[in-house]
Amino acid sequence: MTNRTSPTSEPTVPGGVRNPGDPAVRVVDLAKVFAGGVRALDGVTFDIPRGELTSIIGPSGCGKTTTLKIIAGLLDATSGQVEINGTPVTRPGPDRAFVFQDFALMPWATVLRNAAFGLELRGVPRKEREATAREYVAKVGLSRFEDAYPHQLSGGMRQRVGLARALAVDAEILLMDEPFASVDEQIRRKFQEDLLRLLSEEDKTVIFVTHSIEEAVYVSDQIVIMTRGPSQVSKVVRPGVDHSGGSGHIRRSPAYLDWVERIWAELQGYLET
Amino acid sequence: MTGLIQVRGGRTVAKAVDRPWLLRAASIALVLGLWEWGGTIPVSIAFPKFSETLAAFAGMITDGTFAGAYAETAGPLIVGVSLTAVGGVLAGLVMGLSSRTEWLGLPVFIVLQASPSAAIIPLITFIYGIGFTAKVFAVVLLSAPVIVLNSYRGIANTPRSLLEMGDAFLAGRFKRIVKIVIPAGSGLIFAGLRLGLAQGFTGAVLAELLITPTGVGDLITFYRSVADYPRMFASILSIILVASVSVTLLQRLEQRLFRPEMRPA
Repeated sequence: MTNRTSPTSEPTVPGGVRNPGDPAVRVVDLAKVFAGGVRALDGVTFDIPRGELTSIIGPSGCGKTTTLKIIAGLLDATSGQVEINGTPVTRPGPDRAFVFQDFALMPWATVLRNAAFGLELRGVPRKEREATAREYVAKVGLSRFEDAYPHQLSGGMRQRVGLARALAVDAEILLMDEPFASVDEQIRRKFQEDLLRLLSEEDKTVIFVTHSIEEAVYVSDQIVIMTRGPSQVSKVVRPGVDHSGGSGHIRRSPAYLDWVERIWAELQGYLET
Repeated sequence: MTGLIQVRGGRTVAKAVDRPWLLRAASIALVLGLWEWGGTIPVSIAFPKFSETLAAFAGMITDGTFAGAYAETAGPLIVGVSLTAVGGVLAGLVMGLSSRTEWLGLPVFIVLQASPSAAIIPLITFIYGIGFTAKVFAVVLLSAPVIVLNSYRGIANTPRSLLEMGDAFLAGRFKRIVKIVIPAGSGLIFAGLRLGLAQGFTGAVLAELLITPTGVGDLITFYRSVADYPRMFASILSIILVASVSVTLLQRLEQRLFRPEMRPA
């Protein structure tokens, strides 16, 4: 299922021809040992198909966020590598944007400036970046709050700003680290639907770390199930839930419930160890 | 918040909380009232009533005593605090960003902060004599530790997630410092500057009391020697007022430059 390909395979870009069938991201035999000898990842390998939403799910401490941060270039791998369109990742790049679990908004900046911050750091002129940020702030439903400061917003609204910031830089790959972990269940469900709507309008490859099996099944095209002790990939599955029937219909559908149970059964074994 | 207080404590408390200036004014009135009462007992013949001090204060403004004295005190104070503000914030910034500099510089400033500065000031005269430089040095000696240490803490405690966000969105080293690290640390940096300014006032006056009698320090010494206690207290009061106003102005500057979200609505 993981379609593992040799890391020596020919790069498809830049300069080469990108085959639509090639994965956007390849994680190849990734290992990470932190200072003090803590082994966070141990031979993690999977592919992320282009233009799809892939969730990484697993118990606490299985290395989900570590994997995501290595893909982002925020952490170095001890061994193995991550390839984006065939090019090994050594640092953060313009092809990736990150949505942080704790929002990582600047408290001294307005919603608009926070949303435009990625562009500001890239040296985009003020008018241009504010116009782009304004567009995405509107898309995430915060038009009325452009001039508000983060402390004046709810957790869900703050994360929408984080999402607008990530979308505004127009990166090919969106990395989301438990983006809904800090919001309540009602907001979470609304946010999941808004995310799917937004992504249907944007051509993005999304990697989404979550604790929630229901969330993973609901939003994902592909789910990477990770285990701990050692931290490896247990399975890569494609639930293929049909989103045409609306949220309530999907969450009651036998296919959805069946996938939730199957993933739970997969994870349960590791939780008991 | 207001609603909660109304339920618990009735309308009066809620109104007072809605108008913080009322509580502040009440606090000042209480202190001044106690001062006036203390002067009527009297606590000591050297303790004038507030009303007498206020009259002396007004007299010293109109006859130009304060203007002359502050013109003298301002020189070393402004030079000293400016030098320390620039050098201290830079030192704090470097210490906060580099662990080697941190270990090199931090112990010096911790020891300086803990040392009894008033006891060190007379030693300055051995090196710098009794002139302008000695007074500037006294200001620097008192204000530097608090500015450096607060700036260092502000910079060293930049939230990790903001630094990661900067990295993820491709901030270079310079932009990371200017757009994230400094604004994030501005609260503590400016707290250090405010305390440093207040300490600078102390340093300037101590220098005038202990090195050579000039400026506001001289006013205190002079009026004490001629037993004009209302004017002596008015001189002390003027230092407190000037220091408080300067510190408040600095706070406004901080809010304008770095923390607009903290600006009162």
